[in-house]
Amino acid sequence: MRKLWLAMLLALGMGLALAQQVRIVVVSHGQAADPFWSVVKNGVEAAARETGARVEYRAPETFDMVRMAQLIDAAVASRPSGIVVSIPDGKALERSIRAAVRAGIPVVSMNSGSDVAESLGVLVHVGQTEYEAGLGAGQRMKAAGVKNAICVNHEVGNVALDLRCKGFFDGLGIRPNVIPVKIGDPTGIRNAVAAALQRDPTIDGVLTLGPTTAEPVLQALEGKKVTFGTFDLSPAVLTALSQRKMAFAIDQQQWLQGYLPIIILNNYVKYGLLPANKVIMTGPGFVTPENAAQVIELSKRGIR
Amino acid sequence: MAVKVQHERSLSRWQRLLLRPELGSIAGLVVVFAFFALAAGGSGFLSWDGTRNYLEVAAQLGILASAVALLMIAGEFDLSVGSMIGVAAISLALLAHPSYGNLPLSLAFLVTLGFALLVGYLNGYLVMRTGLPSFIVTLAMMFILAGANIGFTKLITKLTIVSGLNEKIAADPFAQLFTGSLLGLPAAVWWWLGTTAVLSFVLLRTPFGNWIFGAGGDANAARNVGVPVRRVKITLFMLTAAAATLLATIQVMGLGSANVLQGQGKELEAIAAAVIGGCLLTGGYGSVIGAGIGALILAIVQQGIVYTNIDLDWFKVMVGGMILGAVILNNYLRRLSLQVRR
Repeated sequence: MRKLWLAMLLALGMGLALAQQVRIVVVSHGQAADPFWSVVKNGVEAAARETGARVEYRAPETFDMVRMAQLIDAAVASRPSGIVVSIPDGKALERSIRAAVRAGIPVVSMNSGSDVAESLGVLVHVGQTEYEAGLGAGQRMKAAGVKNAICVNHEVGNVALDLRCKGFFDGLGIRPNVIPVKIGDPTGIRNAVAAALQRDPTIDGVLTLGPTTAEPVLQALEGKKVTFGTFDLSPAVLTALSQRKMAFAIDQQQWLQGYLPIIILNNYVKYGLLPANKVIMTGPGFVTPENAAQVIELSKRGIR
Repeated sequence: MAVKVQHERSLSRWQRLLLRPELGSIAGLVVVFAFFALAAGGSGFLSWDGTRNYLEVAAQLGILASAVALLMIAGEFDLSVGSMIGVAAISLALLAHPSYGNLPLSLAFLVTLGFALLVGYLNGYLVMRTGLPSFIVTLAMMFILAGANIGFTKLITKLTIVSGLNEKIAADPFAQLFTGSLLGLPAAVWWWLGTTAVLSFVLLRTPFGNWIFGAGGDANAARNVGVPVRRVKITLFMLTAAAATLLATIQVMGLGSANVLQGQGKELEAIAAAVIGGCLLTGGYGSVIGAGIGALILAIVQQGIVYTNIDLDWFKVMVGGMILGAVILNNYLRRLSLQVRR
């Protein structure tokens, strides 16, 4: 019992000591296991090291908006100096984010939610606009002569991913054809795309929405004349680019999506400084066979 | 007992067929195959490529389902097999990767298998020791494995994909066991046929098989007649973990990379396959061959729907409908067979 009291006193003392320190809670929807999000988290950690701010990173185990809202509510209750959120679904998270703003906690959003961030009272959004990024991919493929394409979606229901596919088909000017897949089943992904190509041999363009699906799809496209592009990078995607097995990868420089919000909040909390842009665009940048080599090294280090 | 044998001998061949637990799944297979042959036969589903496509998906699930079926017949669940696939995949990739373990693939496989058997043993030991339902124990293990997998992988690599094994795999004859093909069918299919044949033989033709039925039917009665229930169940938990490792190995060798989400949700698919194949959730009844057919049904639905004009948004409705239909059919046939027995 005495030990417990000591521990509580110690915790209280630490709490008082830390009260002077900037404390930021990051709540993202990214599954911890997604390689894309591990880069975001690496950016968060780097900014935390550089600013000396105390940063806690939280994310639901699966794509789960209810759980995410709960995580934001918990963050608000702990009264941090600032909160960083991703907003894949503005409607579902509206109440929690507004509660944070009402409590006087500065909120910066990142990755997804550029369209709703301002209306929810978020100070700045750091990210790329999904629909436009998809549109860019579609236009790129159209310019390359693609007539008929599929979009491989590994998280149907995630508005950001749905928007990418929508933009992609609008950019191509064709009827949507989305192939839903399970992220944990590489063989299922590969064979679903193989089946789609077999069913409709006129398909000459494929877009995947992340590296976890891009790798199995690469196998399905082996030896076929199909223009293949993906969102986001991984070492394997970069290798495929440098071998010209892929046309492009859309890089949204997600390292910055983790890094910049911490820097922005740190400066805002300490000095009341804030960039004037409502949306700071980190993408879309296109990595192509021409510029893949320089990105490879950074990708291995979890920075791109 | 002797009376029953006498009675069964007097049954016609047709009636004896009705007594088989996999009969419902065979009927289900015919229905599902006919549906897709009609709906998508013209777009490649019936072609050799289409057949190989769903056979490969069926094989991967079937390897898992054959082991899970034995465990379910023994009256236990293993919800941790899905996470175990991810752990085994990452373990194999990290141990073999030139930048990390750089072990030969065969050694990396053996170490991974050893670890999986340990996890399986732990599952079994905890279930037998605590007397808690295996549903709960392995549910906990599912979370522990999934979390530890993400944590360790990020600690070591900063990423959640371990990729870049392709050259090493291409140069290693051991990998041929998992990536090669024979008679035009990928290795996974042969592994599936092999595991199904061996485990079915064990279940139906060996004393250990009788022990499995006994342990699942009535553990206390089985103990009283000298069945080593504890050993049987722990062995079967080790078997499901080993099956998960085999599946993970096939996937990693085929793709040249592993990611921490691999195998997510496979535990429920394997249970679904076993149930479609005639296994009862309460244990004591079921079939390894049935589980294989269940895996085939699920794979045909999953891959077949891509060949049809059905909007893929509805895919899971189809899967759910198929599971429900197959199980209702199973139950109906089982009741019919019991009437036959009378």
